[in-house]
Amino acid sequence: MSEPYLKPLPETSIDSLPYWEGLKDRRVMLQRCSDCGVVRHYPRPMCGECHSMETDWIEATGKGALYSWTVAHHPFHIGFKAELPYILATVDLEEGVRIQSQLLDVDPADLKLGLKVEVVFGQARDDLVLPYFRAVE
Amino acid sequence: MADSLNGKAAITGIGETEYSRGADKSAIGLMLEASLKAIVDAGLKPNDIDGVIPYSLGPVGEEIMTGLNLTDVRFSAQTPMGGASPVAALQCAAAVIAAGVCKNVLVVLGRRGSSDSRVANRIAAMPQFRQISEFENPIGAIAPAQLYAPMATRHMALYGTNEDQFAEVAVAMRNHALLNDNAVMKKPLTVEDHHASRMISTPFRLFDCCLESDGGTAVIVSGADRAKDTRAPVTLLGVAEGHPDSPSTITQRPDLMTLGLAKAAPRAFEMAGVTHADIDVAQIYDCFTYMVICELEDLGFCKKGEGGAFIEGGRIRLGGELPVNTHGGLLSQAHIAGMNHIYELVRQLRGEGGRAQVEGAEIGLVTGYGDLGDGSVAIMQKAA
Repeated sequence: MSEPYLKPLPETSIDSLPYWEGLKDRRVMLQRCSDCGVVRHYPRPMCGECHSMETDWIEATGKGALYSWTVAHHPFHIGFKAELPYILATVDLEEGVRIQSQLLDVDPADLKLGLKVEVVFGQARDDLVLPYFRAVE
Repeated sequence: MADSLNGKAAITGIGETEYSRGADKSAIGLMLEASLKAIVDAGLKPNDIDGVIPYSLGPVGEEIMTGLNLTDVRFSAQTPMGGASPVAALQCAAAVIAAGVCKNVLVVLGRRGSSDSRVANRIAAMPQFRQISEFENPIGAIAPAQLYAPMATRHMALYGTNEDQFAEVAVAMRNHALLNDNAVMKKPLTVEDHHASRMISTPFRLFDCCLESDGGTAVIVSGADRAKDTRAPVTLLGVAEGHPDSPSTITQRPDLMTLGLAKAAPRAFEMAGVTHADIDVAQIYDCFTYMVICELEDLGFCKKGEGGAFIEGGRIRLGGELPVNTHGGLLSQAHIAGMNHIYELVRQLRGEGGRAQVEGAEIGLVTGYGDLGDGSVAIMQKAA
């Protein structure tokens, strides 16, 4: 019998479904405005630059650089208690948007702005894959 | 400025309950107790209240009208901006008064932040956190300490802001709380105590984080013409709210360290017609020690990156050049989401600050910070 999944689940919407479906295929999908080409994240229905509602989806390279971080120590949520402490990383993706996730297998003492990272995928549940990051040499 | 709110409204009454970690009243009970005190302080009767702006989380306007038996309310609203809500509500109240809709607006907040749902659970239910809930909660970014900490991390990395400076904010607030009979924290705090406290989410230690409290606070905003007849009115000179770029997420903000307050502050100062040197006392929304440093920068008291040095040397302590949070703030008085900051500014400008009174305080400023970077600021002066 599997352990119950205690972490918060994403409440997906019609705007974000391709992002979550993409993760199941181990791809980070980003919205790109069909009219002006600006990439945006988190998923939302309108381009902030030209206000078009026509959207394509592109696959991100998954490579990026550390913009900021925090190392979580306090158990605010029972679902994450077992993995404390963990690094919450704010990552600038190559496509020009940011993503917030955990940075795995890095000593907090080695954290610095601009640290090169790349995405790895974690099978959280049968129906949920989440993006994480690892440092790259 | 024909459409300026300068001088159009004044705070005529203030009320607060006991602040604690275990109130024997419900949230609506705390709101009604604080409201009645504020109404009496203003020399009004409950039914003189014709506008109601409650905090956006908790009991709603209708329940306040029912509780106080208000029969002629013409305006009710909420300003859902988390801790920026109370000061933003002052702008809302002043605007509806200036427009002639209302004469006396009740702004009130009551909560059982210690006894009932704690912050990580509370914000998950707030619509302002929808994008956070979908994209950041599932990977473990849940509580404000975790969501806000990356702002502080980057500030430290770029500008050399340090733990001693965070500790100075915490110690200054605690020293002020010790002078306030209605403060939850009653023991002295040292820099060493701060540095030895457990880590919550780097760089925030326990004593960098605000309290979770039970209590209620209310203020009455009245038209300036009516305010003249009240005991000790405090005039709103300038008031503004501002929203950061990407207000629904911190992560996607071009500059993580610039808050909505940076947009609101120039508007409030221009409306007030005063300069930073005119500010005798400041109540700065202090959910975390770092936020005080960041807000002082965004207010324009110093440049971005210089806030850490700015607060050193006793500058923000009583007796310093810019006393901050003379009541002890969210860090050491109580977390009443900044309604207690408005209460304290009025108390100071009335000259009723007790042992924490800033000598000769005539003009002061109060900020709010909330949700994912929303800001609000009001500049006030004791009415002539």
